[in-house]
Amino acid sequence: MSTLQEQIKQVIDTEPVAVFIKGTPEAPACGNSMRALQALWQAGAPIAAIDVLPDPRIRQELTALSEWPTIPQVFVKGELIGGADITEELNASGELRAKIDEALGAEHPQTVRTVELALD
Amino acid sequence: MGANVIRDLLDQAFPGGEIAVEDRTGGGDHFQVTVVSERFNRLSLIEQHKLVNAALAAPLADGTIHELRIRTKGTA
Repeated sequence: MSTLQEQIKQVIDTEPVAVFIKGTPEAPACGNSMRALQALWQAGAPIAAIDVLPDPRIRQELTALSEWPTIPQVFVKGELIGGADITEELNASGELRAKIDEALGAEHPQTVRTVELALD
Repeated sequence: MGANVIRDLLDQAFPGGEIAVEDRTGGGDHFQVTVVSERFNRLSLIEQHKLVNAALAAPLADGTIHELRIRTKGTA
């Protein structure tokens, strides 16, 4: 089995839009995670959500990779775009939708999935 | 106490900047910070927020800041 860091890196690299949150899209456990999810949904993003709460190592490994200290963290095509504040600002200005359409094509489906990491 | 520590750190990192720190819940650990600084000129939003996160790395790491909301703006 690949290490936790390898799994996190793979999710970031392979999911068009990956968002690391506290809780799940159905039951966000933090207001900021909910703000990021709402902004992504409004921008039409296909969302792959990863819950950092099941194991504190998820957040440690993620922050080591991204050099971003807080949750949520939003990645589009492998690139960190920011936390809840930046995601909301980019959605309000229309840049988020433009970025997602540019990365995925305007005809991409809008879905919400939860990606589970394999923990030892 | 928390808000003053954060303001001092931001003052050091962004000399001459316009800085506002709001304790959102009154509990001393949920903060909204607003920084207007020439250091942000020509930087992308994520680079601007990274500078704020770096300035507040210590209180973020030790749990003094439980939640941080950031607004940044350049002067140009």
